[in-house]
Amino acid sequence: MQVKAQIAMVMNLDKCIGCHTCSVTCKNVWTNRQGTEYQWWNNVETKPGVGYPKLYEDQERWKGGWTLDRKGRLKLKAGGKLRKLLNIFFNPDLPEIEDYYEPWTYDYETLTKAGPSDDQPVARPISQISGDPLDLAWGPNWDDDLAGGTTTARFDPNIRGELEESVRFEYEKVFMMYLPRICEHCLNPSCVASCPSGAMYKREEDGIVLVDQEQCRGWRYCVSGCPYKKVYFNWETGKAEKCTLCYPRIESGQPTICSETCVGRLRYIGLILYDADRVQEAASTPDEKDLLDAQRSVFLDPSDPEVVEQARYDGVPDDWIEAAQRSPIYPLAIEWGVALPLHPEYRTLPMVWYVPPLSPVMGFVEGEGSEADPDDVFPAIDELRIPVQYLANLLSAGDEEVIRNVLKRLAAMRGYMREKNLSGAGADEIADSVGMSPRAVEDMYRLLAIAKYEERYVIPLAHKELAAELEGQQGSCGLDFAGGPGSCAPAEPNGSRRNEAFYAMKEKLEQRAGELGSVPAPNVQFFKSKADFESFHLKGRPQGGGA
Amino acid sequence: MNLWDQFLWVIFPYLSLVIFVLGHIYRYVYDQYGWTPKSSQMFERRMLMWGVLLFHWGILFVFIGHVMGLLVPIEVYRAMGVSDHAYHLLALWAGTFFGVIALAGILLLNMRRWFISRVRTNTETMRFITDGLLLVVILSGLFATVGYRIYAAQYDLPAEFEYRENIAPWFRSLFYFAPQAELMLEVPLMFQVHVLLAFVLFALWPFSSLVHVFSIPLGYLRRGYIQYRSSNPQAARARERARRKGQQVPRPERSRNVE
Ligand code: HEM
Ligand code: SF4
Ligand code: SF4
Ligand code: SF4
Repeated sequence: MQVKAQIAMVMNLDKCIGCHTCSVTCKNVWTNRQGTEYQWWNNVETKPGVGYPKLYEDQERWKGGWTLDRKGRLKLKAGGKLRKLLNIFFNPDLPEIEDYYEPWTYDYETLTKAGPSDDQPVARPISQISGDPLDLAWGPNWDDDLAGGTTTARFDPNIRGELEESVRFEYEKVFMMYLPRICEHCLNPSCVASCPSGAMYKREEDGIVLVDQEQCRGWRYCVSGCPYKKVYFNWETGKAEKCTLCYPRIESGQPTICSETCVGRLRYIGLILYDADRVQEAASTPDEKDLLDAQRSVFLDPSDPEVVEQARYDGVPDDWIEAAQRSPIYPLAIEWGVALPLHPEYRTLPMVWYVPPLSPVMGFVEGEGSEADPDDVFPAIDELRIPVQYLANLLSAGDEEVIRNVLKRLAAMRGYMREKNLSGAGADEIADSVGMSPRAVEDMYRLLAIAKYEERYVIPLAHKELAAELEGQQGSCGLDFAGGPGSCAPAEPNGSRRNEAFYAMKEKLEQRAGELGSVPAPNVQFFKSKADFESFHLKGRPQGGGA
Repeated sequence: MNLWDQFLWVIFPYLSLVIFVLGHIYRYVYDQYGWTPKSSQMFERRMLMWGVLLFHWGILFVFIGHVMGLLVPIEVYRAMGVSDHAYHLLALWAGTFFGVIALAGILLLNMRRWFISRVRTNTETMRFITDGLLLVVILSGLFATVGYRIYAAQYDLPAEFEYRENIAPWFRSLFYFAPQAELMLEVPLMFQVHVLLAFVLFALWPFSSLVHVFSIPLGYLRRGYIQYRSSNPQAARARERARRKGQQVPRPERSRNVE
């Protein structure tokens, strides 16, 4: 067992109102630059629908994620390393800009410069890529709220088999839901595995997946390798960029921008402890339907003394273990089991999970001509094929039983609380019927319905104390260390050109490191050799998207 | 030999090579962020596929051909018993074959650079120049290989121009720092033009996206699939070492409040 900590997210889909606030705030912070106009690190797509980029879930076409080879070993769906190198000049699986959409603005100048005339001046759409006039035919949310769904939604890769028939013939009765998506910060990220340059990495401490902007060489295999299409190519810089999980905020204990601004307050962020030694094994589970359980089995119970012991042994700080124990993710995903991963069959072990919405089922139950009693949706959950099957294709590799159980727990929670509010006493038998204790149902209600800010976000501070102190060095002469090339320090009164401020800092850090036991004062001793210097400046320092 | 010849065959090539080497070092140190082929595949796919594949595979073999012709001394071939005629037969056919492939590729690439609006709008001047120059260099190279034969046939010259006895030793002499400019004086004009254009290209190389040539990611073959990086690599390494030995690792204290 090797314990690692991972920042994870859960979204409660029942509460998403499809307002796109999350997408917009993310864009304003991270992707409002040239080359990133078309990138929505957070996007909210209407389901059923083709998604963004179009049909990204069709892995037969895009070859994202992992699959098993004939011997049952995990391999990248797009092929092995050698195959990638032979194809390096041209990536056969890369989406084109049309698969996302061609970003545009409007020719506002014709408005501002228009003279008096008989006709109303019009600002035409122009492409932000070529500057040419553009006939708008697709956009970032063209099929929002099922718009145009009669022509597009049935291509949704999650609609297959029996579903396809019903959706085609009963389109007006079809349900609808919103699916906000960010990078999954997977435990077994195929984007990282696809990068020939080794520029993508998972952060050891919190599992955030990032692209080293300096090391990236723009081969674009991460873009095609990610089954969720959450790495994007910046055509201005020629490098890959992706959701950073807002790591500067996470490090200082704040939720991501998309979560902070979420109008539905439906996002949860917290730590998960997991067994890094078992990730490969779990991702290689032969039957797709077992992947959900396999991934759950990789998560460790943070209150198990043995896990705590091992976590401390593996260098997880105490306050992180404590944060993992208070994490909202663990109960949602494991204890109550109501959160599910998006497309576990991609085998990347995604770490943004979803509480499936009850609303499509309620829609059917409350819909026209329905005989069902809205208070008693259990039979409906058992009988309804369409939404359940659809949700199963989305969240449990097609296992409808999983979805039914989760929906029943959510329905039971409503029933239990209604009963409690009306009669003043909890209806223990309702909790019983879904195999939960009344206490657990109430806890779940508190987390999902009351959803206090402090309970939704349990984010420990990053341990940057040594690195933070090092920032004091900034502005002093960075290269002026023992054996370094710099000599820009002003002459000291004693005539030496030694940068005394730096050496004072170095001593202080070394002393602190001494107090901490075996922890070295990392970033100072670093500079003893060129390799250390480089590993600090080029590799050691997490690099985010952006410049 | 006049100063002009000295300039063309000594000063200019050295200038170009020095710029090539120092330019790459400078770029590598100061511009990692700009080091990329800057793909335009998102904007246009079909022409690029043909262009890029033809060009790269073509140029790869053309490059091997240049190593065979320029770096390997003629004596080696003779010692190995490869007749001059056999060599030139191979050079002509293989050279022309791969040359034409590379030419077709770079032609396509140039065309899409210029004619496809959104590719053109997002192309820097340097890219236009290097793409165009590559086209001209390859054209002049093919012209030298094929053109010389046609020219020689008309004037009763030996059909095979033995560049391994003048261009090649001159090229190598640059690297021994004993440049033999006189070797280049009698070389036919079309070969001279090809060589000079190539040195112009070398001088521009480090300042263009051609730097991507030095980034063939062979490390991928050795690297593990999932890469981790720590914000405190030393501590992470120490932990990893201790883990392997099965020892307990002393741990950092609790987090202080950092604003
Ligand atoms: C062997 C290692 C090489 C690799 C891995 C490589 C890879 C690439 C890649 C991925 C592209 C981007 C294509 C796109 O998507 O737009 C590209 C473009 C290009 N490469 Fe290479 N290349 C290599 C060698 C070379 C060499 C030796 C040359 C020239 C002498 C060269 C000249 C070019 C040019 C001119 C382009 C731009 C094509 C355009 O105008 O779009 N490459 N290369
Ligand atoms: S979802 Fe994120 S971490 Fe997972 S493969 Fe895609 S880009 Fe990588
Ligand atoms: S976590 Fe941050 S970068 Fe990622 S989608 Fe949300 S706001 Fe954007
Ligand atoms: S801000 Fe929240 S409610 Fe609005 S679309 Fe995003 S996830 Fe849904």
